[in-house]
Amino acid sequence: MSKFNVLEHEIVPEHHLVPVEEEYKVLKMLNVTKENLPRISINDPAVKALEEIHGKLEPGRIIKIIRKSPTAGYYEYYRVIVKSVI
Amino acid sequence: MSFNNVSKRIEKIKFALLSPEEIRKMSQVRVITPDTYDDDGYPIEKGLMDLHMGVIEPGLKCATCGGRVDECPGHFGHIELAMPVVHIGFVKEIKNMLDSACKSCGRIKLTDEEIETYKKQLSAINYETEDPEIIDLTLKKILDVAAQRVKCPHCGADSPKVILDKPTTFREGGIKITPKEIRERLEKIPDDDLIFYGLNKDAARPEWMVLTVLPVPPIDVRPSITLETGERSEDDLTHKLVDIIRISQRLRESRDNGSPQLIIEDLWDLLQYHITTYFDNQTAGIPPARHRSGRALKTLVQRLKGKEGRFRANLSGKRVNFSSRTVISPEPFLSINEVGIPEIAARELTVPVIINSFNIDKMKEWIKRGTSPRTPDGKYIAGVNYLIRPDGRRIKITDQNAEINSERADIGWTVERQMTEGDIVLFNRQPSLHRMSMMAHTVRVLPGMTFRFNLAVCTPYNADFDGDEMNLHVIQSEEARAEARIIMKVQEQILSPRFGGPIIGAIHDHITALFLLTHNNPLFSEEEFIHITSYLNIDKMPDPVIKDGKKYYHGRDIFSLILPEGINMKFKSHLCAGSKDKCEYENDPEDTYVVITNGKLIHGTIDDEAVGPFSGVIVDRIFRKFGPDAAAKFVDNVTRLAVGFLSFNGFSTGIKDYDIPADAIARIEEISNETIEKIDKLVEAFRAGQLQPMPGRSIEDTLEVEILGETGSVRDESGKIASSYLGLNDPSVIMARSGARAKMLNIAEVAGMVGQQSVRGGRLNRGYANRTLPHFKENDLGAYARGFIKSSYRAGLSPTEYFFHSIGGREGLVDIAVRTSRSGYMQRRLINAFEDLKVDPERRVEDTVGSIVQFKYGEDGIDPTRSDEGKTIDIDYIAYDELGDEQ
Ligand SMILES: [Mg+2]
Ligand SMILES: [Zn+2]
Ligand SMILES: [Zn+2]
Repeated sequence: MSKFNVLEHEIVPEHHLVPVEEEYKVLKMLNVTKENLPRISINDPAVKALEEIHGKLEPGRIIKIIRKSPTAGYYEYYRVIVKSVI
Repeated sequence: MSFNNVSKRIEKIKFALLSPEEIRKMSQVRVITPDTYDDDGYPIEKGLMDLHMGVIEPGLKCATCGGRVDECPGHFGHIELAMPVVHIGFVKEIKNMLDSACKSCGRIKLTDEEIETYKKQLSAINYETEDPEIIDLTLKKILDVAAQRVKCPHCGADSPKVILDKPTTFREGGIKITPKEIRERLEKIPDDDLIFYGLNKDAARPEWMVLTVLPVPPIDVRPSITLETGERSEDDLTHKLVDIIRISQRLRESRDNGSPQLIIEDLWDLLQYHITTYFDNQTAGIPPARHRSGRALKTLVQRLKGKEGRFRANLSGKRVNFSSRTVISPEPFLSINEVGIPEIAARELTVPVIINSFNIDKMKEWIKRGTSPRTPDGKYIAGVNYLIRPDGRRIKITDQNAEINSERADIGWTVERQMTEGDIVLFNRQPSLHRMSMMAHTVRVLPGMTFRFNLAVCTPYNADFDGDEMNLHVIQSEEARAEARIIMKVQEQILSPRFGGPIIGAIHDHITALFLLTHNNPLFSEEEFIHITSYLNIDKMPDPVIKDGKKYYHGRDIFSLILPEGINMKFKSHLCAGSKDKCEYENDPEDTYVVITNGKLIHGTIDDEAVGPFSGVIVDRIFRKFGPDAAAKFVDNVTRLAVGFLSFNGFSTGIKDYDIPADAIARIEEISNETIEKIDKLVEAFRAGQLQPMPGRSIEDTLEVEILGETGSVRDESGKIASSYLGLNDPSVIMARSGARAKMLNIAEVAGMVGQQSVRGGRLNRGYANRTLPHFKENDLGAYARGFIKSSYRAGLSPTEYFFHSIGGREGLVDIAVRTSRSGYMQRRLINAFEDLKVDPERRVEDTVGSIVQFKYGEDGIDPTRSDEGKTIDIDYIAYDELGDEQ
């Protein structure tokens, strides 16, 4: 059985890794510090799936999530990778 | 030394057992006398009220710390028990230890290898972070292994099984183990084994679970109260301690002078009983200790446990001052922004006013009035209940001291004045499920004993007047008053954040009234016109129609009086949407389509769609275009106009609303008989195996679906026949079609046929063996046997039909009961999760530490309250409003 990629599932929204060079731009656009960004666990299946493409990801990297929204059509969400979410 | 202002932050809590030595060490006195006070009312030395344990009477000084009543924190004493007694709180632990420890050597009955592996397993647990349930489970498994073993692996002794005879007696082979023996066995357990029993060897020794010394709580914990008669009444705990000391003394005497073993055992058991009930007076298996009056005593566990306990009633329970609660009733002549409060409440509730140079004369005048002033003609005016001096001292104003205090009062003092018209208060009905459950109202002081408000406000509070009570809170600070006025007033809450439409609007009779006023645009004579509009404050008359030299007025022109100038609208009324088929008024735009041009109702009928809650398109439009003041004024006027109309025209309903001609009844009878035959045929086909199963269904299911289809269509058909004879001159139909109350379906059930009853979407099938009732043959699948009701409510139901109807009705009730409790808990958890989130000036949602939850509120940054049913803006309407029809 081939390994299942969660990102290909219908109800999993798009996850993209934000390149380190662009993190500054994203944070400036959102006007937040990295500490205040919503978090995602390094053990999250979506992060694991991204690691298949980009190689090992370190805590502190930013992930951009594009999901469908009933109010806004499409909505861009950003999360920072952390070791554990409390 | 004063302990009153000790302020510390708790870092962690450690649980441990008190050793007998510790109990003695922290004790200030050994209590030996089971008495409290001597004949002079002075605490007896070494008695239960010994001055070493604190003071509760003013004048006396604590013998331990020297403090007076408010200074002494209270100190523990102790009782030396004649014989050891089991502590009821540790029976489970004692049982575990008796089961798993060796009777003779005290070691746990595990082999050395087992001890090594289990110890490794246990030392891996972090006791501070691990889930206690998981720790318990791990320990239980280990203890079970030891308990199953009879022969001790260490000394080879046999340990017979120990049985717990609840609540506190342990038996071994039928013979009772005395607490003394238990204590001896527990003493033998080595410290190194304690980890297996879940004990920390630095914090506890197992033998401490069998009491030899009992701490006596400080007097402050069990104060005695003096009754009005001068008689002293002791706390329940003191009563219990008296019993304990008394029995302990007798036990000691009997033991020392060598009484028979039987007597000693009886006294020992009695001591055990008293100590058990001292801890928990609801212990299963023993009768609760009672007061002389027969009331069960409230001992230690009862003080903490349950809804009335310390935690839920005193620590989590929040109580407020400046509030009142009473029954509610309606008052259509109040504005939606007002609340009527009874005089008795207005005199009790106060608002603090700080005296300054601008209000000093007025306040002095108010103080002089005393506590229950009235105008010369007997009307309520506010008085003053309390004066607060700048040093915080409160002076109660009485009619005698009012004059003096009026002179004494000066700038900087605070006056607690009674409620007066126009004060702002918060009004609330539980359950408070949404933001509109608590709104700000302005006060009107009214005669009577109930809170009163406008009927349009029933919907947001979900209130009716069948005995509902509501709470009222008087706001105490200037900031809170300003906030309440600006954001909590009823008129600010007309649009609901839930769906972006109005939640406040006319209900029931008020909708009926406006329907009758505007439908087909009736004419009213001048006298009628004056009566209908007499509760309104209007400044100009509509243009009359002259007929036979008399003045008449159109209903629509009367309604137009309360519409603000400059409003333009076009919409379909509820009247049209009510019927499933093509509306009978479809070709008659005059009654179906409401057209309002520049504040004048040109066409159409005003009903639920126009002014009701949840729909209320006119209310919605006025709020958006002219603001909350205009919307509130419109709703107030709708109420007044409706009441004016009804008090002149009247409106009533009755069983005759459902009279239909005999041939209609015959026709309904005919079609229902046809259906019953059809069902019989379907059943026959099913039994003969001729029924073709529907795709994906069994034959049984197919039969049920077919039958449900038949019963559904016959109900609709009979409804159609019945309603074809019931037109808009019928009060019940007016109510249904205008959206005031009920649906056409309900009318069809009364006049035509009730139809098939169901449970969980299927026909009734349970009850007796293979049948619903003994009135039917077994396995009868016919219409009657499975809950079909051919009768109408008006004709009355047969006994079996009535029974089936009750079954169907019960499902709804159970459903509601289950749903409300579940959704209530779900709602509570959501509220607790979201309560400290806020929207920042950039429209981001963040928590209290600034972590982002949403980058834009609701992902689109739109306030649903101000949105148009969720949409940002209604372009089509703006174009219509600006350009009119020629777009
Ligand atoms: Mg009620
Ligand atoms: Zn003291
Ligand atoms: Zn042994």
